[in-house]
This record gives sequence, C-alpha cells and structure tokens, in this order.
Amino acid sequence: METLLQSYMPIVIFIAIALVIGGALLVTPFLVAYRNPDPEKLSAYECGFNAFDDARMKFDVRFYLVAILFIIFDLEVAFLFPWAVAFRHIGWFGFWSMMVFLAVLTIGFIYEWKKGALEWD
Amino acid sequence: MILQPIFFYIFSIVTVASAFMVISSRNPVHSVLFLILAFFNAAGLFILLGAEFLAMILVVVYVGAVAVLFLFVVMMLDIDFGELRQGVLQYLPVGAVIGLILLVELVTVLGGVVISPEVSAGAAAPIPPLEQVSNIAAIGAVLYTRYLFFFQVSGLILLVAMIGAIVLTLRHRETVRRQSIANQVARNPASAVEVVQVKSGRGI
Repeated sequence: METLLQSYMPIVIFIAIALVIGGALLVTPFLVAYRNPDPEKLSAYECGFNAFDDARMKFDVRFYLVAILFIIFDLEVAFLFPWAVAFRHIGWFGFWSMMVFLAVLTIGFIYEWKKGALEWD
Repeated sequence: MILQPIFFYIFSIVTVASAFMVISSRNPVHSVLFLILAFFNAAGLFILLGAEFLAMILVVVYVGAVAVLFLFVVMMLDIDFGELRQGVLQYLPVGAVIGLILLVELVTVLGGVVISPEVSAGAAAPIPPLEQVSNIAAIGAVLYTRYLFFFQVSGLILLVAMIGAIVLTLRHRETVRRQSIANQVARNPASAVEVVQVKSGRGI
C-alpha cells in the first residue's frame, strides 16, 4: 500500500507544478498588465460588423450519437483490461464468457454500420 | 505516513465542494466542469483505497466520455442564460430528500457491518490483500466467471443503449448525395456510355 501510493508521488509533484504555473499565469496579468478597457475593445468582433447573434447556438444531435457510441466501445475496452490480466486464471470459461460479451456488442456494431450511424450525413 | 490523511482530506473537501458547485452554479456548462473536478477527486480517493483500476476507469470513462456526453447534451439545449439567473436552488428540497435517503442507506449498510462483522466476512468473494493481488487482477478473477450473469447483462444493456441511441437520433437527410465507392469502381464504359444514332432534324 505504501509503495503503491509512493509510486504516485511524481504525478502529485507534476500536478502541483502545473497548478503553480497555471495560477501564476492567471494572476500575473492582473498585477503587471496595462489595463485600459473601453466598450469597443470588449465587444465581440466578427469580421468588422456587429455580431449577428449569440455564440451559444444549439449543437446538432449527431454529436450526442457519436459521444454515446464512443462511450459504449470505451466501456467494452474497459472490460477487456481485467480479462487480459486475469486471463491465465479464469480458464476457458472466462474466455468464452468474454467472447459472448464481444459477440453481443458486435451485433450492435454491425447494426450501427449497416444503418450508417458511423457516417456523418 | 502523515501524507495519506492529508491527501484524503484534500480530495474529500474538493469533491464535496465541487459537488455543491455542480448544483448551485448558474451556468450549466460550469456545472459539468465542476462535475469533472468531482470525478477527478473521487479518482484520487479510489487511489488512496488502493483501487487503481477503478480510479483509472473513472477518469477514462466518466471524465473522458460521460462528462463530454453531458456537455453535448447541455449544448444541445436551447439555454436562455437570463432565465437561469432566477431560482437556482429551488430544487434544493427535493435534492435534500434524495440525499437524506442515500445517507440513511449508507448508514444502514455501514451500521450493519459494525453491528455484526460476520456479515461482511461472509461476502461472496473476500477481497484479497493488496500486497498479493492487485486491484485489476482481483476484479478479473471474479467478474467473468463468478459474476457471469451480471457481466453478460451489462453487455446487453450496452447493446440496448447503442441501438436505442441510433433509433432515436439517427436521421439521414434525403437531399444529401453520398459517395458509393463500390458503384464507382464497378463502372465500365459499357454501363457509363450510351452511343445513340441521331437522325438529322430529330431529337433524341
């Protein structure tokens, strides 16, 4: 347990240095930068004319489809890692259990490919 | 080692504070970003427990995929930021009731272990000590054989989620002309060119 946590010490040091650098870059402009705001400098700039509307427009629902398909195959790969580590101990039963799992998801993958969900339009 | 409790309190405090910011921040995008911070700190707590694999899966799946999905959902909604300014915490009573129910359940589970320790000793798969078996190997040893049914059910749930998302959201636009590589390759002069003899003074 101790050695496990000590092996994470480089990551802690890395995050600490990243926080210090990020914080310094956020704070120093407030201290040293020359500030003289006016409404024109702070307004949204869109190639010389006034902005038409808000930048927060609605996203296409297809992004959602891509994200959820990504999550599903992400989880499939996440299930493969413990299986690969314990492969020697779980025998043929564990092997075929994973093959059935992969076959079920492959059915979904074929469906998705045939429906054209992987193409953008 | 004194560092371990210090990191436990850092992770716990940041988790609770960012979880509170998730429900109280006015901008939904900020809520999702605070949710990502809460996930990261929960992963830190998992590492303190010795559950490395669960911590990495939390970062990869929840931060990398689920939080991005939440961001897409938030950006798909037509958000009126002026309307969001009012009544941010109006759902607090409902949330407090749900949190109270969860607290009672947690106290029941942990109190049960305290009252009768033999309950947890009779668990289906005792947790092996971390020095002998790593977290990922301990999961792999039972997940695919002893808990086969739950494993296969999770596969079926993923299949249903995939098909459901496609059925609900996939709309092919009829006007878009797509490339068909097989048809392009199969084209030959006989199918592509038509030779027509046209008599003079008449159209085709």
